[in-house]
Order: sequence, then structure tokens, then C-alpha cells
Amino acid sequence: MDQATIAEQERVRIHLSARAAGTRARAARKADDAKQPETHSGWREELAQATREVFEIMVGTSLTQPTEPPPLFVPDFAAMVGIAGSLCGLVSVRTTGECARRIAAKMLGDDEVGVAEAAQDAFGEVCNMIAGSFKGRISGLADACALSVPTVIFGRDFTLFSLARGEHYEVTFEFEGKLLSVSLDLHG
Amino acid sequence: MKPARVLIVDDSSVMRKIVGRSLRQAGLDVLQVLEASNGSEALSLARENPLDLILSDINMPLMDGLEFVRQLRGIESAHEIPVVMITTEAGEALVVQALSLGASAYIRKPFTPEQIKERVIPLLRG
Repeated sequence: MDQATIAEQERVRIHLSARAAGTRARAARKADDAKQPETHSGWREELAQATREVFEIMVGTSLTQPTEPPPLFVPDFAAMVGIAGSLCGLVSVRTTGECARRIAAKMLGDDEVGVAEAAQDAFGEVCNMIAGSFKGRISGLADACALSVPTVIFGRDFTLFSLARGEHYEVTFEFEGKLLSVSLDLHG
Repeated sequence: MKPARVLIVDDSSVMRKIVGRSLRQAGLDVLQVLEASNGSEALSLARENPLDLILSDINMPLMDGLEFVRQLRGIESAHEIPVVMITTEAGEALVVQALSLGASAYIRKPFTPEQIKERVIPLLRG
């Protein structure tokens, strides 16, 4: 077994990098292209249903789905929750800072969210609830996996790059006319 | 039902506000709301304040909700305070564990004010 193979095996199961645009981002996109296709029938729809449920109950908004293929957008705000156990992977939610602040405002029942931390906190909780709801929808997963506490990153020109390199499920929604992407990356 | 002194335990300040608002929407007469961001802070508040109800998350840094309930039940003055776990984790084994440690009820996030009403109000009526 060569050193590269050993190093690959010794990597942590969930690893994320926030990378600047440029050569690294292009490398990340190549890895993204290599993601395996969906093999669990219905999991994408379960992820979509979990997201709709969280937004309807906690944000008070019904999400809509843009026509396929969803339009490209540049998110600058992302929340992530790791899943570990019989299933290992990562649930992430990506959108713009403006959209994240609007989601937080709706959750809190305010017109605006004045403190940046509130948007980060709210967006992390949204991701946490989506991950929990998804896990609860898949038979046998609720007791077999644990969730990490949420992580939120923001800024311009970053690419989320999961080394999970397994199956990839993604759904894009519109929230008050702004795009929001929810994805599940499973460990290969 | 007398006005309630409530302790809300969650590492998310947004979620603490939402839980507090949901209690009021559920019709609970809230006299005072105390907030803690982890189980350790919550234990200190529970030792120092008379409480009628505690709502606690499970996944929190420093001390999680399960350990908080376990230690809370060892405090004589807090032994009978109803504790409702509110969490994204909904596995049956975790629910059983929480209840066996002394939790009174369990609510899964996302939750509606109606669910809060169904689970919480009966606990306050004794």
C-alpha cells in the first residue's frame, strides 16, 4: 500500500476546507465532480422534506423549488452539521448573508436582525434541525447516528469541499426569492 | 395555574428566545425566564433560584442536557422540577435514556407552540 493510500485512509472522516477562489477552488470543483451518484432511493426527497418542515415550522415560510436545473448562485454563508455513527457524513446549508439574516429575522419574529451573531446562530440551528429531521426520517438512523454541534462559516469566495467523497444529495430552494442549497455528503 | 419561573437551557441564544416565545404562545403565564447556554450554567441557576419548569437542549458544550438532568436530580431543592428535553435528536434510545435520568417529557425540534402546550402545561398542573 503506497503512502498516498495510507494517508487517505488516515484522514478524519469528515473534513472541510474553506478555500479561496483560484487554483484551489478549481481543484475542489474537480473533486466535487468526482462525487458518487445517489444510490439511496428517496434520500434526496427526504432531505427536501426535512428542509421544508424546518422552514414551515420554525421560520414560518414555505420554500419553493426553482425549475431544474437550479440557477447557479454564489453563497457566502454556510452552516454544517456532521453525522457520525452507522452513517458518516455532513449536512450543509448554503446561502447568502442577506438571506441568512432574513431567515434569522423571521425565526425571531423581528423585521431585522441587528446582530451578526444572531444570523450565524439561527442559521446553524436551521442546519442542525434539518440534519436531525432527516436522520429521523430514515429508518434505523435515529438511534444509530449522532450529530455534531453546528459550524457556521461566512465570507467571500469560499468553496466547501468535503473529503467524504461518497454519495452526494443536494436540493436547491427559493426563500423569499433568494436561493438556498441543502446538501448531504456521505463518507465513501 | 400560578405564574411560572422558567429556566431555558440551550447553547443557541436564538433557540432560547424561540422557546420562551413559544411558551407564551402556548398560553403559559410566565413570571420569569432565566437562560443558560449549557448544563453547567443551568445547574448553578437551578441551585440559586426557585423554578417551576426547565426546558433543556441535549447537545451542548461543557455539559450536555443528559448530564445536566442527572446532576439536577441529585439536588434536593430541584428534585421535582419538571424538565422537558427539546432537541433535534429523536432516537428512541435517547428518549428512554433521558426519561430514565429524570426528564419529564421530550419534544423534538422543530416544534410548534401546540406541541409545547401539549407537553408542558400538564406538567405544571401537577
